[in-house]
Amino acid sequence: MLMYVVRRLLQAVPVVIGTTFLIYFMVFAMPGDPILAMFGDKTPNQATYDALAAQYHLDQPFLVQYGLYMKDLFSGNLGTTFSGQSVGEVLARTFPVTLKLAAMAIALEFSLAVVLGLFAGLRKGKLFDNVTLVIGLVMLSVPIFVLGFLAQYFVAIKWGWASPTVGSDTSISNMWLPAVVLALSLFTTSMRLMRGTVIDTRSRDFVRTAYAKGLPGRRVIPVHVLRNSLIPVVTNSAANFGVLMVGATVTEGIFNVPGVGNTLYQAIIRGEGPTVVSFVTVMVLAYVVINILVDLLYAVLDPRIRYA
Amino acid sequence: MKISKSVLGAAAVASASALVLVGCSSNGSETDTSAAADGGSTGDAIIKTNGSEPQNPLIPVATNETGGGKIIDALFAGLVYYDATGAAHNEVAESIETEDSQTFTVKLKDGWTFTDGTPVQAHNFVDAWNWGADLANSETALNSYFFEQIDGFSWDESVPEMSGLEVIDDLTFTITLSAPNAEFPLSLGYSAFYPLPDSFFEDPDAFGAAPVGNGIYTLADAGDWQHDVQIDLSINDSYAGEREVQNDGLQIIFYASQDAAYADLLANNVDVIDGIPDSAMASYESDLGDRAVNQPAAIFQSFTIPQELEHFSGEEGKLRRAAISMAINREEITDVIFQGTRTPASDFTSPVIDGWSDSLAGAEVLEYNPEEAAKLWAEADEISAWDGTFEIGYNSDGGHQTWVEAVTNSIKNTLGIEATGNAYATFADFRTDITNRTIGTAFRTGWQADYPSLENFLGPIYYTGAGSNDGDYSSEAFDTLIDEGRTSLDPAEAAAKFQEAQEVLFVDLPAIPLWYSNVTGGYAETVDNVQFDWHSVPLFYEITKK
Repeated sequence: MLMYVVRRLLQAVPVVIGTTFLIYFMVFAMPGDPILAMFGDKTPNQATYDALAAQYHLDQPFLVQYGLYMKDLFSGNLGTTFSGQSVGEVLARTFPVTLKLAAMAIALEFSLAVVLGLFAGLRKGKLFDNVTLVIGLVMLSVPIFVLGFLAQYFVAIKWGWASPTVGSDTSISNMWLPAVVLALSLFTTSMRLMRGTVIDTRSRDFVRTAYAKGLPGRRVIPVHVLRNSLIPVVTNSAANFGVLMVGATVTEGIFNVPGVGNTLYQAIIRGEGPTVVSFVTVMVLAYVVINILVDLLYAVLDPRIRYA
Repeated sequence: MKISKSVLGAAAVASASALVLVGCSSNGSETDTSAAADGGSTGDAIIKTNGSEPQNPLIPVATNETGGGKIIDALFAGLVYYDATGAAHNEVAESIETEDSQTFTVKLKDGWTFTDGTPVQAHNFVDAWNWGADLANSETALNSYFFEQIDGFSWDESVPEMSGLEVIDDLTFTITLSAPNAEFPLSLGYSAFYPLPDSFFEDPDAFGAAPVGNGIYTLADAGDWQHDVQIDLSINDSYAGEREVQNDGLQIIFYASQDAAYADLLANNVDVIDGIPDSAMASYESDLGDRAVNQPAAIFQSFTIPQELEHFSGEEGKLRRAAISMAINREEITDVIFQGTRTPASDFTSPVIDGWSDSLAGAEVLEYNPEEAAKLWAEADEISAWDGTFEIGYNSDGGHQTWVEAVTNSIKNTLGIEATGNAYATFADFRTDITNRTIGTAFRTGWQADYPSLENFLGPIYYTGAGSNDGDYSSEAFDTLIDEGRTSLDPAEAAAKFQEAQEVLFVDLPAIPLWYSNVTGGYAETVDNVQFDWHSVPLFYEITKK
């Protein structure tokens, strides 16, 4: 078990190095000069330009820039933003917000998928199954910014049930609306997976055996059917969690959530190489860790799986 | 120059302008100044407004974009301030006097202090300006070009103390310019010229995170600035100026998008916003009623045709430029595409500037006149036949596509030539090609004023070799008139020279004027007395909370 975790973490090392290199290269290759962009329509004087270029190593060739960045990275220095804040601080400030929003959204998504999927599976082909299918497909096909703007306009502005934006107060009571929007846009796939697995599991021998033993439905469904149907849903929700960790850029923008997505977007627009690469590195790590946790969770759900 | 995300977003930007030439050296204020002094910072009438995270440290000379600029202007008071109409009034200055428009004697009022308790003296201005102008600090001092005119300034070597600045006594100093400029005092209200306390020079980095100013508001604690979220400013009890604060503080909330700010405004979660998102352009006036704001701003929009572009030089070029200008239906485009949030241009400056005129000789070239346009284009074809496509370059991250398409369609239909937009993915990409002169097409240009002056819309863009002369325009007649205006001691005569200079531009059309941007904004039911000033920022100190 421990060996397995260590091996998986070691596998992450080349992934991280490869990703940073690729991302750094892409930011480097982005058209346009970030220093010129800092000055708008006004062209900076050459002296000012040179000083700024030297400060951010932008006057160096690509490999030198990358080398300097990696050197700093391994000494624990993630660089500074154009406004002089340390990237480490920015990360420490934004990641918890995104983590919280992602956790809220996934908790909701998972609950919706499991409950609705279970009942839809048990009532296959009945009204409930069809209604959830239609609602799910609508949620899946409506782009998230439409969902976000509609929720903001009706729920927050018209009816006043929530604050239209999040801003400085990142408590659960202030962030529930964006979390609901995210959950609604994500739950359909998990719900359909759940439904399918429930139908499949119900026809398995061990379920028939359980009923044959005289066990009541209220025991067979939760213990035998539900538990054995969770694996694909857990995988899918965990993958969604990884996606949300990278920052729900659109949703964070609509609701002004001071999280990773927003900050990363600004950094890309400004061409701030170190900020972008540091963010992405941490995201890759988060993604790797989440996936290891999911794999370990399988063993909990399915005793047949063993990691040696 | 302040780079504004919203202006980048809705239009374009760059730098400077002018309203009223009077009042700089007059002692404009007889109002009692004690109101602020006894207004405690304990009240709860906090005005909430929109903003964005400063992109640079909070040091006046380091701030060249609107996110930081809004905060800096609240934290500091300069020699002069501008009122709602753009008129300059003395603030820390008792008087600014000159006999030759080259050497200015500045006397300061006694009794001003920074929030750390140290007095505001002549050396606080001189040291701050010297620091900002010094090439050694240029990686921080992005606005150092404001000191260019001062004698002793250099772009080639580090000059710790410019010869043009001299401290006479605690409350007096002199400024000597390298060439006369009658409009120089007008610029002294711009943030680059704010004073800095002695503590700044010990540790500029620390100062940038926790600035100490002398303005109406103050950052009481560095922790009041929650990065990427908001900044809370309290009333500065030691502010000694004449502007009376009508509220108990200012909270600037950083929004990722104008849409989010607008949603908060509709829910009364924010009191004043200075930008309306495109998505609400059609509805904001009905949503907000008389709380909607739509007034001209000191922002001029155009597209520049490089002097060297094929078919656009010499006599042929003049004909073609005039034809293109007359082929654009500005009225219709501002009405239909911008829903009246742009005002068709009638000169090269802005209506909020004193001296602006809509009846300059030659301005008829800005009127839609398809017959005349086709005639001029045909005349040009006789000199050299037209081939190819007329293109206008623009950055597609700024909402320019619709109007560029409308303008090129207007040209296409009137002149019967191919005309299209040429989109760049990002602003940075776009500017790089312009700066390197590799763009090879016409391109959109915009200019926003830093201080209210006619000259500021002309000299920096069209003067031979000027920093933002992206089209490489050069005209002896224009340069001479600008020089004469700059050295004139009489503001009325100076304005006349600058208008005459524009008449030269109407003939040569180095850029085709399009329209003036309006500032669009609004305020919630929670506040009263909201006024937007000449550079499109609400006068926060005047706002009262209900």
